[in-house]
Amino acid sequence: MGKEMESPKEQSSYTVEQLVAVNPFNPEILPDLENYVNEQVTSQTYSLDANLCLLRLYQFEPERMNTHVVARILIKALMAMPAPDFSLCLFLIPERVQMEEQFKSLIVLSHYLETGRFQQFWDEAAKNRFEQAIQAYATHLLSLSYQKVPRSVLSEAVNMDGASLDKFIEHQVTNSGWIVEKEDGSIVLPQNEFNHPELKKNTGENVPLEHIARIFPILG
Amino acid sequence: MTTTYDFEDTPSNYDDVQRQGGQDAVYDPNFVPDSVKSFVVHMYRHIREKNVYEIHQMCETSFQTLSERLFKDTPWPSVEAIAPYVDNDHVFCLLYREMWFRHLYARLSPTLKQRIDSYDNYCSLFQVVLHGVVNMQLPNQWLWDMVDEFVYQFQSFCQYRAKMKNKTEQEIALLKQNDKAWNVYGVLNFLQALVEKSTIIQILEQEKEGLEQFTATDGYDYSGGSNVLKVLGYFSMVGLLRVHCLLGDYHTGLKWLQPIDITQQGVYTSVIGCHIATIYHYGFANLMLRRYVDAVREFNKILLYIYKTKQYHQKSPQYEQLLKKNEQMYALLAVCLSLCPQTKLVDESVNSQLREKYGEKMMRMQRCDDEAFGIYDELFSYACPKFITPSAPSFEEPLVNYNQDAYRLQLKMFLYEVKQQQLLSGVRTFLKVYSAISIDKLSNYMEVDEPTLRTILLTYKHKTHSVGSDGKVISNADIDFYINNDMIYVVESKPAKRYGDFFLRQIAKLEGVINDMDRIKLE
Repeated sequence: MGKEMESPKEQSSYTVEQLVAVNPFNPEILPDLENYVNEQVTSQTYSLDANLCLLRLYQFEPERMNTHVVARILIKALMAMPAPDFSLCLFLIPERVQMEEQFKSLIVLSHYLETGRFQQFWDEAAKNRFEQAIQAYATHLLSLSYQKVPRSVLSEAVNMDGASLDKFIEHQVTNSGWIVEKEDGSIVLPQNEFNHPELKKNTGENVPLEHIARIFPILG
Repeated sequence: MTTTYDFEDTPSNYDDVQRQGGQDAVYDPNFVPDSVKSFVVHMYRHIREKNVYEIHQMCETSFQTLSERLFKDTPWPSVEAIAPYVDNDHVFCLLYREMWFRHLYARLSPTLKQRIDSYDNYCSLFQVVLHGVVNMQLPNQWLWDMVDEFVYQFQSFCQYRAKMKNKTEQEIALLKQNDKAWNVYGVLNFLQALVEKSTIIQILEQEKEGLEQFTATDGYDYSGGSNVLKVLGYFSMVGLLRVHCLLGDYHTGLKWLQPIDITQQGVYTSVIGCHIATIYHYGFANLMLRRYVDAVREFNKILLYIYKTKQYHQKSPQYEQLLKKNEQMYALLAVCLSLCPQTKLVDESVNSQLREKYGEKMMRMQRCDDEAFGIYDELFSYACPKFITPSAPSFEEPLVNYNQDAYRLQLKMFLYEVKQQQLLSGVRTFLKVYSAISIDKLSNYMEVDEPTLRTILLTYKHKTHSVGSDGKVISNADIDFYINNDMIYVVESKPAKRYGDFFLRQIAKLEGVINDMDRIKLE
C-alpha cells in the first residue's frame, strides 16, 4: 500500500530535499526533517518545502509534534517576508497549538510586520535573531513605497540610529545604489517600477508565437 | 462482497426500508434483472474490444437510466451475482464494484463496513493498474470519476470519522481494527504512485519538445496500448492538488499541479468535471496565498466557459455538481474582487452575473466594517472545500465531534487576513480622488496620526504586491502610489490595450465567413 522506506544505510545517501521530493508521504522521514530544521537555523539556510512537509506529518500524527521545532519553523518563515510563508505554516498548525504563548507572540510579531509597524516589531522582537532578515524586508517595503524616504522613517523601520544607522546607509549606498540628500539627510531609494510608475513595463502586447502560428494556415 | 450490511441510524439506508417491509424496494443482492445482465455482458465485451465510445455511453447513459429505473434507493446487484456473466473476470469485477460503490455513495448512506470495503476495492484496483498488467482503454470520464470519487470518499470518511460522539460500540471497534482504511498516508501514497509509475510528468515535459504524444490524442493510446495508467496518473495530479487543499497546504497543492499548463487546453479540459475541479482548487489556493489576480483571472475564464457551455451538460449526471461549483466560484470571485478590486480582468457576461448574485454583498464587503466580516465569513464558508482532519481519532472518553476543527482554522486564518486589510479600502477611496496629497493632510482626513498613516500606506503596498511562485514581486493594485518624503503621488495603472488578440480573433472569424461563402453554390 504505502511506500516502504529503504534501510537506513541507503536512506542517508538521500539528501533531505530529495526525500521531500521523492517520498514526502512517509512518516519515517520525520526525524530527518526535524534535524533539517535545526540545520537551517544554524547554517542560515531555508527550505519552505521541507518545513511544510514536516508540518503535514505533524498534522497526520499530532502526538509526534514537537512545538520547539514548530516555533523554529515559524521564525524561519517570518524571516522569509514578504513571502507569505508564515501564513502557509499557520494553515497547518492546529488552533489549540497556536494558542500557546510562544506561538501567540510570534503571531503578534507577524502581525506587526504584515502591517508595516516596524517600531512595535523591534520593541517586541528578540532583535539579534531577526535583524538581517527583517531589515531586508523593511528596506524592500520602503523601496516599493518611497522615492525619497525621511531618515527618521528609515531609522524606525530598520531599528538603527546614530552611528550604526550611518554605517548601514553607507553600506547601502555602495551596494544598492542609495543616495543621501545633503540638505535634510533623506534617502533617495533606487528606482524601480513600484516607486517610479513610468518605469512600469508595458505588459500589454506580448502575443505568443503559438497564437500567431494558429493563423498561419489562413495567411498561407 | 458481503451480503449482510451493518446498520446506521440514517433514514435513507435501504436496510431500514427492508426491515420496514412495506416498501417494494426490498433488496436482494443476488437478484440480477435481465437489463442488468445485458448491461454487464455488453460492458464486458466493449471493454475487451476497447470500444471506448460505447463504454462511455454505457457509463454515462445506460448506467444512469438503469439506476433511475431499478435502483433508485437500493444498491445494484452484488458483484458475486453478476460475475458468472462476465467469466468471473477479476479486473471487470473490480471496475463493477467501483461503480457499485459510487452509486451507493450517491444514492444512499454508506455504512462503516461499506466505506472500508470500498477502500479495499480501490486498493486492489489501483494495484492492478500500477503493476502495469492492464491492457484496456477506458473513457477519460470514467478514469476521472475514479480519482474524483477516491478523493471524495476519503474526504467523506474523514468527516464521518471525526464525528465520534454518537458512534456505536461496533463502529468504534471496527474503526480501531481497520486503521489502515482511508489512512491519509495510504491515500496520498496511492495518488503519488500513480503519478510516478505513469511517468506522466516526464511525458508532459517531453511533449513540449515534440517527443511524445499525449494531449494531442486526449491521452488515448492509438498504438495498441492502454491509456489507463497514464491518464490515471495525470488525473492524480489534480487529485493531489485537491487533497492538499483539504489539508490546508496550498503551496504544495499548487506544486503538484505545475506540470499541467492551465493556460492551454489539455487532457484536464477533456472532462468538464476535471476542468472545473482543477480551476476551482487552483483559484482557491491562490486566494489563500493572497495571489488575488491569478485567482480572478482563472475564475473568470472558467465561469465564462461554463456560462457558454452549460446547456450541453444538462443531461449529464454531473450537472448538479457543475452548477454547485459554478455558484461557489462566483462567491470566491466576489471575495477576491472585494479584497483586490480590478476593473478589467472580468468578462462582461461574468461581471453581470456577478453583480446580480453578489453586487450588494460586494459593496458591503468593501466597506470593511463589522458587517463586512459577516459577509466574508458567509461567502467563504459557502464556497470553501470541505477541510479535513487527517489524523486518527482519539478513542478516549469523552468522545467529541471535531469535524469542524479544520474548517474553523482555515476560516479564522482567512478572516485574520481580511482584518489586516481593513484599513486599506479607506486609503483606496482617498487615492482615487487625489492625484497628490501630503501625508499631513491625508492623516487628518483619515483621523489617524502621521506615523500610523505611514504604516497604513506600507500595509497597502505590502498587501497589494504579492510574491509569485518564482519569488518575483507582482503588483495587484489597481490604484497605486509612491511617496516622496512627505508627499503621496497617486498612480493609476492603465491597462495596456491589447490589439494583438483582437486582430487574431477577427482574422480567424473572417476566414470562417469566407469559407462559408465559398461553400454556397449559386443556382
